[in-house]
Amino acid sequence: MSTIDTHNAGQHAHHEGSYLTPHGGALATIWNWATTIDHKKIGVMYLFAIMFMFFLGGVAALGVRAELWEPTRVVTEVVEGETVTSYTGQVLVNLAPIVPGVESEGGISAGMNIYNRAFSLHGIIMTFMVIVPSVPASLGNFFLPLMLGAKDVAFPRLNLMSWYIYVFGSIFAVAAVVMGGVDTGWTFYTPYSTMTDADHLRVVFVILAAFILGFSSILTGLNFIVTVHKLRAPGMGWFDMPLFVWAMYATAIIQVLATPVIGITLLLLIFERVFHVGIFDPRMGGDPVLYQHFFWFYSHPVVYVMIIPAFGIINEIIPVHARKKLFGYRAMAFATLGIAAVSFLVWGHHMFTASGELAAMIFSALTFLVAIPTAIKVFNWVATLYKGSIAFNTPMLYALSFLFMFTIGGLTGLPLATLATDLHLHDSYFVVAHFHYVMMGGTIIAFVGGIHHWWPKMFGKLYNERWAIVGCVLVFIGFNLTFFTQFILGTRGMPRRYASYPDEFQFLHQLSTIGSWILGIGFLIHLGVFVHSLVAGRKAPENPWGGLSLEWETESPPIEHNFHHEPIVKHGPYDFDTVQPPHTDPAEFPMPEPLRPGERTH
Amino acid sequence: MTSIETGGNPPQHNQQPPALSTEPRWKRQPFANHWRSHAEDFDACKIGMWLFLTTEVLLFAGIFVAYAVFRMWYPEAFANGSHHLDVHWGALNTVILLISSFTVAASIRNAQLNQQGLLKINLSITLVCALLFMIIKFTFEYAPKWAEGKRPGVWFSYPFAADPNEHIWWSLYYTATGIHALHVLIGAGVLFVVLLKSFKGWYGPKHYTGIEVAGLYWHLVDVIWIFLFPLLYLIH
Ligand code: HEM
Ligand SMILES: [Cu+2]
Repeated sequence: MSTIDTHNAGQHAHHEGSYLTPHGGALATIWNWATTIDHKKIGVMYLFAIMFMFFLGGVAALGVRAELWEPTRVVTEVVEGETVTSYTGQVLVNLAPIVPGVESEGGISAGMNIYNRAFSLHGIIMTFMVIVPSVPASLGNFFLPLMLGAKDVAFPRLNLMSWYIYVFGSIFAVAAVVMGGVDTGWTFYTPYSTMTDADHLRVVFVILAAFILGFSSILTGLNFIVTVHKLRAPGMGWFDMPLFVWAMYATAIIQVLATPVIGITLLLLIFERVFHVGIFDPRMGGDPVLYQHFFWFYSHPVVYVMIIPAFGIINEIIPVHARKKLFGYRAMAFATLGIAAVSFLVWGHHMFTASGELAAMIFSALTFLVAIPTAIKVFNWVATLYKGSIAFNTPMLYALSFLFMFTIGGLTGLPLATLATDLHLHDSYFVVAHFHYVMMGGTIIAFVGGIHHWWPKMFGKLYNERWAIVGCVLVFIGFNLTFFTQFILGTRGMPRRYASYPDEFQFLHQLSTIGSWILGIGFLIHLGVFVHSLVAGRKAPENPWGGLSLEWETESPPIEHNFHHEPIVKHGPYDFDTVQPPHTDPAEFPMPEPLRPGERTH
Repeated sequence: MTSIETGGNPPQHNQQPPALSTEPRWKRQPFANHWRSHAEDFDACKIGMWLFLTTEVLLFAGIFVAYAVFRMWYPEAFANGSHHLDVHWGALNTVILLISSFTVAASIRNAQLNQQGLLKINLSITLVCALLFMIIKFTFEYAPKWAEGKRPGVWFSYPFAADPNEHIWWSLYYTATGIHALHVLIGAGVLFVVLLKSFKGWYGPKHYTGIEVAGLYWHLVDVIWIFLFPLLYLIH
């Protein structure tokens, strides 16, 4: 069909302000935001909270990398005829300003302690407070109802509650850090999490924080599932939903099914640590590997909570900025659900070296299955780009970065899923590089791309394209420099989570550290671009990119109740070949040439 | 993708029921403005609650898995430990919870039929049952066992244990029943709020979302106990 749906253009029954219109004075506005049940405001509050936590986690990461600039050399000396080895700890102690509370202890072991705390802090913040909530809680909250043509999510008050729970949990975690930090790693493996530093409650605090954050994640997921089921606009069937919505839906299912398991695991862990109930303690007949099973039963599916939303964003960016109908819509939707389903069956691949042979073989085979739907997606994205009219703006550049880095991340998962090779690579820098390529190169990159894609809609302001591209290129270079070197380090035998290393690794470690600085500068530039846009950006039109999903039909920024009239869906979200996007000029966004007889796009 | 033409509902705003202040509270209760009708709002709340119950089941699934693993490893410890539980108290508590499940279901029916008096009575009986359950649990089960040294983990000091791993059994016993008891308290708290609201006339025919979802939650608390009871009290 070729006419556009104009029922909500023009003749507005009443004039409703943008959701950003302040209500009264500063205090009244703050109060209005703090008590809002508007999904858009909650999404924006999540976005800023998550950016803040990303900053904290990033500082810790820069600290970790700075420490690794030099190996902590081993000094061998001869004392009274005996050979004595000792470490020089100066380098390590440089971390002290970042991780407070331990500097008084002094000496090398304090230095090592600080290092352990810095990477634990980084891992815990980045997983539980940044990546897991990132896309669903911020962009998802803002755009899921808009894309469905709804006025809000199903349970707006629950939504606000989940934001407060998130903030509350994060405060818990940050409090533990301010009190001196923890050194358990983000995985909280026993006995690190149950026996070390028995004198304090910080570990309990952090575990509780993860538990609390799990609640916020469950509430978001639950809200989204019901929203998708009950609040689609008239005319929108399941297969007319934008794929971002499908992604939010699949993610929500995993959140709801997997998070309770980590909830009970963390509770048991607290019981173990505080009351010494013995279930994870081999001295009392318990089993530490049981903890690992519980942990990964949640934490593998949760890596798909991290990546599926990124798939969703890429699914929006690529067709809109290549002005081309998405290739293989249904395959994409089913691949998303397929990944979600298989993700529950592969947790054992984190424990190949700790489990029986038969179990390891089964888990290995199942893990390879995940690669199939993933590859389908990558194939479809590339097919969509083929012969599209690609706009090389920031969102598209981020989508291309994503394709490149996620493919590397996914492919390097395969040697890890292979038993014989994993024996060597397990717990090495190769694993570190693998998961950074998928989590950062995948999720964070797509997230930043998505923020740019939807920024004009969210805030009604354009951003400076040139500087954003500079930031994007720096992030790309910095990221690859930081983490590609780590693949090489890993294959050469550099183990993860060590503060020190043999001298021959120094060159690669230094390259990686330099990469981390470039990465940091890239993100700072993005921050500058965002602030500049909010303060002095030009006003954004309703549909700056010529998108077809419903969020582009309303104003930028959207009005308080999203749409002047309930939208009625008359075309699919990717029908660029047949529909002129709303609020656009055909001169600026021409429809693709009609195909000549016999010609095919793919 | 194919394009879709619907009959095209005219763009509509909520048709909220008229609010006359003389009518009972439940008739004046508006639905949130992002829904099209009360029925939609009600359905959504019910789906939401079912999803939440799923998460609760999965939470307990973790405990059941731990139970299965350790029972497989230490069958003797579990059999011995279970012998120290008093089946009579366990059975009584089971009956009490079953009764409360019945009364809460009845109270939903009362709301549907606008039987405001019975509604309050049934809710109150449910709350009394919850209280009884907790009293029995604490005074007749936890307290004497704790006094005898049948405690979890390192706290275990019962001198006549027949199996060296019996503390693991007690760890799981206290964890499972403790977390369940916490759920009883939460459920009772929610039902108490429902009871207070029922005094203000919040519930009536077609307007009983609150009771319905609270009742669903209460049934879950009951069902979990139905699983815990045989697993803990009836093994040999
Ligand atoms: C084709 C897809 C993938 C495969 C086959 C795969 C495979 C694996 C395997 C086998 C390991 C364990 C390595 C070891 O510890 O020895 C692993 C670790 C990991 N993967 Fe993946 N992976 C895939 C995608 C992803 C994605 C999409 C994410 C996240 C967005 C992810 C995040 C992680 C993390 C965080 C770890 C390390 C956890 C830790 O030990 O701290 N992976 N992966
Ligand atoms: Cu995994």
